[in-house]
Amino acid sequence: MAAHLKKRVYEEFTKVVQQQHEDVSAKKLRLTKPSKSAALHVDLCKATSPADALQYLLQFARKPVEVESVEGVVRILLEHYYKENDASVRLKIASLLGLLSKTAGFSPDCIMDDAINTLQNEKSHQVLAQLLDTLLVIGTKLTENPSVRMRLVEVACKHLTDSSHGVRNKCLQLIGCLGPVEKGVAKEAESQAAKDVQKIIGDHFNDQDPRVRTAAIKAMASGAATLQLHERGLKLQQAIYSQACKLLADDYEQVRSAAVQLIWVLSQLYPESIVPIPSSNEEIRLVDDAFGKICHMVSDGSWVVRVQAAKLLGSMQQVSSHFLEQTLDKKLMSDLRRKRTAHERAKELYSSGEFSSGRKWGDDAPKEEIDTGAVNLIESGACGAFVHGLEDEMYEVRIAAVEALCMLAQSSPSFAEKCLDFLVDMFNDEIEEVRLQSIHTMRKISNNITLREDQLDTVLAVLEDSSRDIREALHELLCCTNVSTKEGIHLALVELLKNLTKYPTDRESIWKCLKFLGSRHPTLVLPLVPELLSTHPFFDTPEPDMDDPAYIAVLVLIFNAAKSCPTMPALFSDHTFRHYAYLRDSLSHLVPPLRLPGRKLLSSPVSPSITPHEDPSQQFLHQSLERVYNLQHLDPQGIQELLEFTIRDLQRLGELQSELAGMADFTATYLQCQLLLIKALQEKLWNVAAPLYLKQNALASAAAKQILEETYKMEFMYSGVESRQVVIIHHMRLQAKALQLIVTARTTRGVEPLFGMCEKFLQEVDSFQRCFISELPHMQGSFVDKLLDLMPRLVTSKPSEVVKILQTTLRQSTFLHLPLPEQLHRATANIIEPTGESDNPLRFTSGLVVALDVDATLEHVQDPQGTVKVQVLYPDGQAQIIHPKPADFRNPGPGRHRLITQVYLSHTAWTEPCQIEVRLLLAYNSNRSKASAKIPKSSWSESLEALPQSENGIEGTIPFSKPVKVYIMPKPARR
Amino acid sequence: LVCLRLHPGAGQDVGRSCILVSIAGKNVMLDCGMHMGYNDDRRFPDFSYITQNGRLTDFLDCVIISHFHLDHCGALPYFSEMVGYDGPIYMTHPTKAICPILLEDYRKITVDKKGETNFFTSQMIKDCMKKVVAVHLHQTVQVDEELEIKAYYAGHVLGAAMFQIKVGCESVAYTGDYNMTPDRHLGAAWIDKCRPDLLISESTYATTIRDSKRCRERDFLKKVHETVERGGKVLIPVFALGRAQELCILLETFWERMNLKAPIYFSTGLTEKANHYYKLFITWTNQKIRKTFVQRNMFEFKHIKAFDRAFADNPGPMVVFATPGMLHAGQSLQIFRKWAGNEKNMVIMPGYCVQGTVGHKILSGQRKLEMEGRQILEVKMQVEYMSFSAHADAKGIMQLIRQAEPRNVLLVHGEAKKMEFLKQKIEQEFHVSCYMPANGETATIFTNPSIPVDISLGLLKRETAIGLLPDAKKPKLMHGTLIMKDNSFRLVSPEQALKELGLAEHQLRFTCRVHIQDPRKEHETVLRVYNHLKGVLKDYSVQHLPDGSITVESILIQATAHSEDQGTKVLLVSWTYQDEELGSYLTSLLKKGLPQSTA
Repeated sequence: MAAHLKKRVYEEFTKVVQQQHEDVSAKKLRLTKPSKSAALHVDLCKATSPADALQYLLQFARKPVEVESVEGVVRILLEHYYKENDASVRLKIASLLGLLSKTAGFSPDCIMDDAINTLQNEKSHQVLAQLLDTLLVIGTKLTENPSVRMRLVEVACKHLTDSSHGVRNKCLQLIGCLGPVEKGVAKEAESQAAKDVQKIIGDHFNDQDPRVRTAAIKAMASGAATLQLHERGLKLQQAIYSQACKLLADDYEQVRSAAVQLIWVLSQLYPESIVPIPSSNEEIRLVDDAFGKICHMVSDGSWVVRVQAAKLLGSMQQVSSHFLEQTLDKKLMSDLRRKRTAHERAKELYSSGEFSSGRKWGDDAPKEEIDTGAVNLIESGACGAFVHGLEDEMYEVRIAAVEALCMLAQSSPSFAEKCLDFLVDMFNDEIEEVRLQSIHTMRKISNNITLREDQLDTVLAVLEDSSRDIREALHELLCCTNVSTKEGIHLALVELLKNLTKYPTDRESIWKCLKFLGSRHPTLVLPLVPELLSTHPFFDTPEPDMDDPAYIAVLVLIFNAAKSCPTMPALFSDHTFRHYAYLRDSLSHLVPPLRLPGRKLLSSPVSPSITPHEDPSQQFLHQSLERVYNLQHLDPQGIQELLEFTIRDLQRLGELQSELAGMADFTATYLQCQLLLIKALQEKLWNVAAPLYLKQNALASAAAKQILEETYKMEFMYSGVESRQVVIIHHMRLQAKALQLIVTARTTRGVEPLFGMCEKFLQEVDSFQRCFISELPHMQGSFVDKLLDLMPRLVTSKPSEVVKILQTTLRQSTFLHLPLPEQLHRATANIIEPTGESDNPLRFTSGLVVALDVDATLEHVQDPQGTVKVQVLYPDGQAQIIHPKPADFRNPGPGRHRLITQVYLSHTAWTEPCQIEVRLLLAYNSNRSKASAKIPKSSWSESLEALPQSENGIEGTIPFSKPVKVYIMPKPARR
Repeated sequence: LVCLRLHPGAGQDVGRSCILVSIAGKNVMLDCGMHMGYNDDRRFPDFSYITQNGRLTDFLDCVIISHFHLDHCGALPYFSEMVGYDGPIYMTHPTKAICPILLEDYRKITVDKKGETNFFTSQMIKDCMKKVVAVHLHQTVQVDEELEIKAYYAGHVLGAAMFQIKVGCESVAYTGDYNMTPDRHLGAAWIDKCRPDLLISESTYATTIRDSKRCRERDFLKKVHETVERGGKVLIPVFALGRAQELCILLETFWERMNLKAPIYFSTGLTEKANHYYKLFITWTNQKIRKTFVQRNMFEFKHIKAFDRAFADNPGPMVVFATPGMLHAGQSLQIFRKWAGNEKNMVIMPGYCVQGTVGHKILSGQRKLEMEGRQILEVKMQVEYMSFSAHADAKGIMQLIRQAEPRNVLLVHGEAKKMEFLKQKIEQEFHVSCYMPANGETATIFTNPSIPVDISLGLLKRETAIGLLPDAKKPKLMHGTLIMKDNSFRLVSPEQALKELGLAEHQLRFTCRVHIQDPRKEHETVLRVYNHLKGVLKDYSVQHLPDGSITVESILIQATAHSEDQGTKVLLVSWTYQDEELGSYLTSLLKKGLPQSTA
């Protein structure tokens, strides 16, 4: 064996020699880098001490290994494994084996035997555990092979008696992952084995080590889950459920936590099974019983378990409704007499038509006597689980409980109605996150509920919150709530106006909120109109100020209600109509078109000639594009002019039609690129000797540069770009690069620098071809198409010739048609804070830092956590790029993000205050682009992903927000 | 059987807490409270009952104070300095810090205001505090070689703790006052699964299940907010410590959230000092305060300022916290008189009021109050009642019992009738016995102590290796020798025991004759027996030796013909003492006779 290995290594070492021996096979040609295994072998042989060897291994682990050489490396490692005396080195080797077998494209069945063999003589428990882990990796890669799995499970069973918890843990994990799925081949015998596996795992539920118990429960849970996946009958026996229930009382939290999970899994698998209730003859559904048990764990001693339990409750939607409703029920009593909850009292007060008159002492006086026998203090059922969960000490538990409430309420309207009071109470939580979460939850279930006036009152009280997040969430909530009475609407309006005066920055959000409130409740708004507009039947009232945001708010509410309530405009006074016309124009997104008497022309300017299903602006967009593409053969001047006009049209269209803005901008940018390219090529001076035309040179290279920038923008700033567009963009970029090459060739003397550039360019053409091979047929007559035809010639010719060829192809190539995707949105950012209006400089001592709050909204940014950066430009030209924390991004809605972060500024002392610029950047990395995502990545270890994958990976940033100026003043430090 | 004896000083009564526990020969006093209702000798516990004229220090091993309320620590200076106790007193750090302030305040009121003599002095409080040993949460303190105590978080007030007292393997957990629902400044009580022999729990709210605290808080805030928006003034009479801080935090955060501008005042004096300690002991507060104190300590109030007498006449809205809580005297009463006439104003009573106080009167709806000097005060302001209590309710008590899993429960600090209900519930739900002794009554609880025995590692490994799987829950049979020597127990292997004791090993062999009717020859009989045994005892090694005997493991079987009756064979079975089990099984098997051979 060893001899064979040596030979193998030797072979790999000397492959260069072999190539010269004319023994060239296709495979060997590809091996251009020195073999990893060989290097490793040498390193390990050189290592004198275990510490050295460990160092080599660690270094080795940082580099990726190609699929072809994995097996060789594994053999080397195994050889060293047998020789090694030091346990830590063996441990590392074992872990490396696991990592290596994860390599994509590598099938680890060839090394399985060796891995199992190593187990035989191993004494160290840690190494054993690691080896079993490796086997687990191998096993998960070979799940389709039942005999392998059987073997691995057998090995694991053998080691179950090990005295170390780590080894037993891994064995159970292995059995859990690979064990119980062996059915389908030979049913009888195999299901026997499966049963055994269950029994083996079940036996370890009572292991003396809590860690092993946890592992056993987890193995069982994962086993149960896979069982379901394969849908091969064989129910987990009832015994397992009762065993799991016993484990809920375990001393260790991780065991209890795992047991909760197992019970949940079982309840999801067999919700309708019947289980007996201990100490009585009754039987209930398993899901109900499990629900009760998990509810019980919501008041566990450990908060980890409580969080777990509360979370799982949310996903148990099959539970019967009376169990569900118990979770909100906590029978109150005082001195053994029944008491009503504050919620019940509030409801009663409301239904009796009387407002809370202020509480008297004893208002909550207990009523009827309670039968002492009937009170169940520690109840076995689900009683009050959510009441406890929502009152928990840890906010993690409270959030989990709110989330669970949300999920359950979404599936059960009656439960939604009941949990409303509790959610409203959560609006007063001490932690903002919880408040926010409960507001969002409320929004999600608001379709099922109608708010009572007293509840609305509590909800509206939160509008005064100083946190913008909370207020905005609340506005969103109000957008979709149902209010039952006109007083409710009035109350909401009053509170919103109060909010508006207190926080004028909320204007937009409040208007939007009122828009929905109005359109949802037209009949409730109707009786309020005279009061809201303060009209009087006999007297003319003064005309309100048109610029008053509060007045606009009222009008937004009324106009939106009027849309579906045709009688309302009759109540308007003259100036209201005028104001309508003004608002319809200035705030068109908030004010709907109304059919006003006598103003038909104004309200419906859409001419009937256009077909209703085709949006005219969309049509316009397509028409103008058609025009551009069809007029290929116009004279150069004409093309330029046409392009210029079209770009102008498209830009204007984007400004007018917000929903088409992305599309219009995208095409405009593309045409702009084309225009630049044409302009650069049209220069008359191309044929003049090089040093004579510096001006032309400047123009062409600037054009090339700009095209490059624009293509990056096109690729990374728009969401919804498909691969068809990516090809075109890349193609445009390739053209720009060709242009760059030509310009450089013309201006530089000497040939040496050109060699490198040409080669690089050709490589790029090559990679383009590889990436977009499938798209090439669509690109007839294009630059790249022609280039590829000429490729054999290009490779062999001199740089000067290459340049010449490029120049002609560039001129002759046709303009590619840019297909438009369905949806295209441009990433935009808007910095709300700092506003840039302050005249008071931010003063701080130089050398120290000052925190600047930045608040911005981002739209249509994919993965903002990874790409959005903040740039700070100091007056001295110094630029600083700050990466916001992932937690600073909130996601208030689909496609929208909110960045709230702090930027730390610092500078040396200045003599007077000066302005710095803050803006947002969108970082991109061409490797991460959609095109290269298609190339299979050989992800070998995590460290690999940080390394650049190809040489031409370009990273850069695109500014995508308006810069905001901030006045700062670093003072010299006082001594 | 060992017993636990208890002498509660506040059995079925909410008043002074003072419990004496005798556990495995150690005497521990839990809390040393005074009764606020009495002004004579009855206010302090009767310590002569403990000692019967001996010295307290000799009798008591330690004193544990659960928290700083006077009904739990009020008698401490009297007890240690006037009666005379020099042993250790244990309490948590915040309790140690705040306790002397309260004691001093109490002393001032009784001595300086009421003019009582024969009361402890300031110096005595100081001396008493010198005897205090402060403990941390979850720190196990070794009082002496056998007695150890450990503190758990109890909520209730700052620094309140539950204590576990342990001697050998017997233990008692004492809760003091505790709260199972967290509030705005403190977390919830928590205890691990310590499985004490006895859990002594307070039971103030034995028959109450409380509503969600959120409703209460919301109501409170809404009332205050509305009044302030109307331009009215809000008076909140409070006692200096405990609830006052909770309400302050509540209002402070609300003001912060809602961006309110109306001033909040807090009457000065005691409170300022106490607030200082709240700032210091951040680790004892709830999650929110602990997590945010790096940015801002919640007890450094932004909106709450010290109150000055002159502020009461300022125009505009304001909120004032003033002591005392029942409106019977002092600043709160003065302010009340000033503001009572305006219907825009409001007074909120956050706690219980004793009969006879102004607080009680207005709560029961009286609108015209007669003040001293025959003045009639008409109350036009709104009167509100909000109960903010920091005791565990019935559910909370049950929850704690569930967490600790005690073997017995004993209820103190509550009313007899209510305790009866809870007792019945506890026995029904947990199947543990529950006690509720009256004041001075002794409760004796028998425990079933387990005795730890040292086992040699070699023996343990050897014995565990025999069984299939180690099973934590089931008892396991082991073979070994128990050596009881010098007050210690050890389990060692027989060989080692022999070696240690210097004894030679004796072998004990049992021999037994079994008669079998078998006309065949001896060796044939032997063969039959051999085949039979081999068939039955599959798990054992059965061998047929060349000398005509059979061995089953180490048991020897020989057959001879009966001297008189050739048809009867005598089987000689011999085994050592260690194989007794197998040997007796074998004889009984052979006595049944051989099966009629089918062959």
